[in-house]
Amino acid sequence: MTEQMSYTASELLAVMSGRLLEDGQTVFAGVGIPLLAVTLAQRLHGPGLTILFEGGTLGPFVVAGELPPSTNEQRCTRRANMLLSITDVLLLLQRGYVDVGFMGGAQIDRYGNLNSSFIGDPKNPAIRLPGTGGGNDISSLTQMIVSMKHEKRRFVDKVDFITSPGFLGGGSTRADSGLVSGGMYRVVTDLAILNFDDETREMKVFALHPGVTAEQVHDNTGFDIRIDDDVETTEPPTKAELDVLRHLDPEQLYIA
Amino acid sequence: MTQSYLDLRAATKARDRSLREKVMTLEEAVGLVNDGDSVAIGGCTASRTPMALIWALIRARKSDLSISRSITSTEGDLLFASGVSRHILTSWFSQGIVWGISKVMRAYTESHRARFEEWSHMSIGLRYRAGAMGIPFIPMRAMLGSDVAGQLDNIKEIDCPFTGEKVLLIPALNPNVALIHVPRCDAFGNAQIDGLQFMDIDMAMAANRVILTTERIISNDQIRRAPDQTKIPFIAVDAVVEVPYGSAPHECYGIYEPMFEHMDAYAALTAKDPEAGVAEYLERHYYGPNCWSDYLDLLGIGELLDASRRGRSIYND
Repeated sequence: MTEQMSYTASELLAVMSGRLLEDGQTVFAGVGIPLLAVTLAQRLHGPGLTILFEGGTLGPFVVAGELPPSTNEQRCTRRANMLLSITDVLLLLQRGYVDVGFMGGAQIDRYGNLNSSFIGDPKNPAIRLPGTGGGNDISSLTQMIVSMKHEKRRFVDKVDFITSPGFLGGGSTRADSGLVSGGMYRVVTDLAILNFDDETREMKVFALHPGVTAEQVHDNTGFDIRIDDDVETTEPPTKAELDVLRHLDPEQLYIA
Repeated sequence: MTQSYLDLRAATKARDRSLREKVMTLEEAVGLVNDGDSVAIGGCTASRTPMALIWALIRARKSDLSISRSITSTEGDLLFASGVSRHILTSWFSQGIVWGISKVMRAYTESHRARFEEWSHMSIGLRYRAGAMGIPFIPMRAMLGSDVAGQLDNIKEIDCPFTGEKVLLIPALNPNVALIHVPRCDAFGNAQIDGLQFMDIDMAMAANRVILTTERIISNDQIRRAPDQTKIPFIAVDAVVEVPYGSAPHECYGIYEPMFEHMDAYAALTAKDPEAGVAEYLERHYYGPNCWSDYLDLLGIGELLDASRRGRSIYND
């Protein structure tokens, strides 16, 4: 019998995202939940996963309890296979060496476009956000997994500003704009796993997390989102997964 | 900001590129930076930031510097708040993800007193690289279709003349000055860099002038024993300043990690009232001290030693 575990929303995000990664993939990871999820996957089912960090690290092994404050400090480089310049590590995306890009999001829309630049009118914003970093490069050039909290203000019909492109206006608009590869693969939230229709490129629900109802997803999404009647339910986080996460982040920098 | 190719070559030709000693003080080094210059800052986020040079620029009350950096942390707040710069070109701007959005950056940009010009991270790196290559532009495949590109007026989308594919052309970036902190260099400016290089090498080769600060000066004999370790050559360097803990409170690879207590305290100070907080910080840590050692005294020996212990521990693996 499976033991019922209690877990935080961030732990759920990290576990569900980590499960989407496959052994052998090369994953370009941001800091926070992406870093935790990829490290979790590496420890449990993907010893052959290769992590890339934007600061210029290829193939590191993050040390438990010493999580880096960004992807650009020496803590990112532990047991790495190679250190290279920022420009060269990002060029691996353009050259086609990266299977999955993995990052968090502030605001996302029905076509998977991400905004991390401005809340409100970009010319006169209510909030100036920190910006793209490598987010635009990653989402322009490879297949993406995004992990974020599921809130109405974050899941909007149209983002105020497209920092990191998803499927732009849907249909073939992404490819038409010159972004011929990559695109949104999955969005992982604390309520569900979302994917995108092959034709329209609109976001839909791929699976609900345990105990989550379709109504909850509708109530927390700022646009009409498709949920099929026979939608799958995910398996709850296991003790083994939560143990690894809590060992990695004992100070609860990211899993609180 | 764009210089003509002939001007760029003329400026390089005019530099004294001989094998000569160029060790000087922080104050003398920032004398090589003119008001209005475009200034590239080495390192990334809280790593190998040339903090002692930024400290000296702010104390020298420079003005109208047009800054570029791959990712901008607390030094961006300080450059805005001191009035040294009203324009920072960067891909991401805040102290670090764990500290949330910079309230100081927000205060200055949302009120239009300063500009945060946003480019994708790779595009900034490629602009320095094009600058280092002596070419006027470089094509790339990211940023197409996004509003990041939509906001920029000095880029151009074209169909590739060979394949017909859409590509984005971005202009070379040749800064007037590059400020770079390294762990070791000799008195001529041959620099060795451990760990993450960030964009420092392209930036150095793109710039008209390069000012290095270094944790320690080593002999030219040591450089010549391992020339493959020289990452920036003396011919590109105009000034060398020996500044132990020259990135504090940020980190220098293998020597010290960030000084987290100080950075937490800065975040708390600027969270309540960003402008009063940063003004108080500048007064206490920038204008107040008589010299860099006095600034380090304020950080405290406990924090310096703790950061050093963590910094060196990377070599235990």
